[in-house]
Amino acid sequence: MADARMMVRRQAGARLWLSAFWLGLVALAALFAPLIAPHDPLAQDLFLGRMPPFWVAGAEPGYWLGTDSLGRDVLSRLIYGARIALTVALVAGAATCVLGAGLGLMAGYMRGWVDTVISRFIDIWMAFPPVLFSILLIAVMGPGLISIIIAIVIIDWTRFARVIRAEAMGQGAMDYVASARVAGRGRISTMLTEILPNVLPTIVVLLTLEMGIAVIIEAILSFVNLSIPTDDATWGGMISEGRVSIHQAWWVLVFPLIALFLTVLAFSQLGEGLKDRYDPVLR
Amino acid sequence: MSEDLYRAEGLRLSLPDLNRKPLWGPAPRNEILKGLDFSIRRGEILGIVGGSGSGKSTLGRCLVRLLQPTGGRVLFDGQDITHLDDAALRPLRRRFQMIFQDPMSSLNPRHRVGQLIAAPLHLHGVQDVRARVAEALDLVGFPQEMASRYPHEMSGGQRQRVGIARAIALRPDFILADEIVSGLDVSSQAQVLNLLERLVKDLGLTLAFISHDLSVIRRLCSRIMVLYQGEIVEESETAALFAAPRAAYTRELLDAIPLPDPQQVWA
Ligand SMILES: Nc1ncnc2c1ncn2[C@@H]1O[C@H](COP(=O)(O)OP(=O)(O)O)[C@@H](O)[C@H]1O
Ligand SMILES: [Mg+2]
Repeated sequence: MADARMMVRRQAGARLWLSAFWLGLVALAALFAPLIAPHDPLAQDLFLGRMPPFWVAGAEPGYWLGTDSLGRDVLSRLIYGARIALTVALVAGAATCVLGAGLGLMAGYMRGWVDTVISRFIDIWMAFPPVLFSILLIAVMGPGLISIIIAIVIIDWTRFARVIRAEAMGQGAMDYVASARVAGRGRISTMLTEILPNVLPTIVVLLTLEMGIAVIIEAILSFVNLSIPTDDATWGGMISEGRVSIHQAWWVLVFPLIALFLTVLAFSQLGEGLKDRYDPVLR
Repeated sequence: MSEDLYRAEGLRLSLPDLNRKPLWGPAPRNEILKGLDFSIRRGEILGIVGGSGSGKSTLGRCLVRLLQPTGGRVLFDGQDITHLDDAALRPLRRRFQMIFQDPMSSLNPRHRVGQLIAAPLHLHGVQDVRARVAEALDLVGFPQEMASRYPHEMSGGQRQRVGIARAIALRPDFILADEIVSGLDVSSQAQVLNLLERLVKDLGLTLAFISHDLSVIRRLCSRIMVLYQGEIVEESETAALFAAPRAAYTRELLDAIPLPDPQQVWA
């Protein structure tokens, strides 16, 4: 028994540290992009087009992961792309979480008319096809970082709201809530000090999942050219460009794909790992 | 100062029964308490017995105003608390406390024992919370290290003692104990009951003890109130009730107590 539990804990630890390591790396790259990137991510050099990565014969020294068809350095573009990916993940994830979890918590704990209004709102919201909705929104607001973030929040807040509402409702029926009320705690204070700590592990897992989803949505929108209007480097944009020249220069497609995959995976594992590590009830 | 700490006059509580709600119009109301008159004397231990679903918990929750009665009055120390709102109840709340049935769900699983006991003290602006928490732990026989434990790291009996510590830390006049030993094994039951009995005596508390088990009530309570389907069917001193039960329902309850058989031979 004890051994099996130790095994689970060690796995949980590895998962937490590996994902934190990767995300830390991405965050450092994003923060210090101008210092780290070996080249200007936008600088074109048509004489250096489609150079392979360093270990392949014919590689150009200094261009570690090769260049794309316009001769831009793939590694530098990846590093700058991390800036946009992380900005979207953090801002959109946090905003979605605060809005959705806040409304869900209120609906689930307060019940009554508050719940009726919020739940009706969620139902109506979810009746719209979200992808259509976001494309419409971007068409109206014009492509750009802010539009993407707003689109993600608008599409995904209902996921938080529904899950947290159900959790808060379950917790609200527990005697410890009645016990806080007997002690004289007010309703809002009970919600924040008694219910919130008990739904927090779920919020953290949802939040990290949402950050992964935000990175993917940004990549998809870049892929269909609805993201950033300038030719700033984004992972989605690189994938889209790389797809065209997959037979001549596979590296233009593969490296941003790997970065995207690892980042999304790391976000999802980070949530589970944090929960295993820091939730006192599971420890 | 009157002799009664609590008085209930024609106390009624009904809830809308959503299962029988017609398609149109309001749901019929489910009468849970059907006009109860009783009082709880200062310093006594009142036992409230009755079968499952007889309305004991509902009655208790009306007394500590977790529920608002739909009829009649509840007087606490002469003051009408029947329809007081949260703000008006707040200063009174440190005077009546409650210990819950399920020791797992009544302690927030993500708070440590120290926090659990300290929270009500902070709420009521008590001075020197640390010392009061230490004292409460001491009173229920816990070493101070217990303060850093989480509820799931304790046994059922220990958790119930945390519930007691939290209730007495505020130094209330009245404690409601709702089936607090029914989830425990026999030896933990005895431990918790002994502790409660001693504390009530030492701290001069008034206690309402809800149970469906007359044998537990018998050893603890000075007076007993029998509830049946939301009505009081009998109310008398413990000795009198056991000697000569008047209500048929009380006799049924008494007959259900397993008695040790003196003739039994242990093979
Ligand atoms: N929230 C509620 N809604 C509807 N009916 C309830 C509710 N709580 C309790 N009841 C009903 O009230 C009656 C008394 O319940 P309760 O006071 O919990 O009884 P006891 O504690 O004596 O077992 C039961 O018939 C129960 O079904
Ligand atoms: Mg009950």
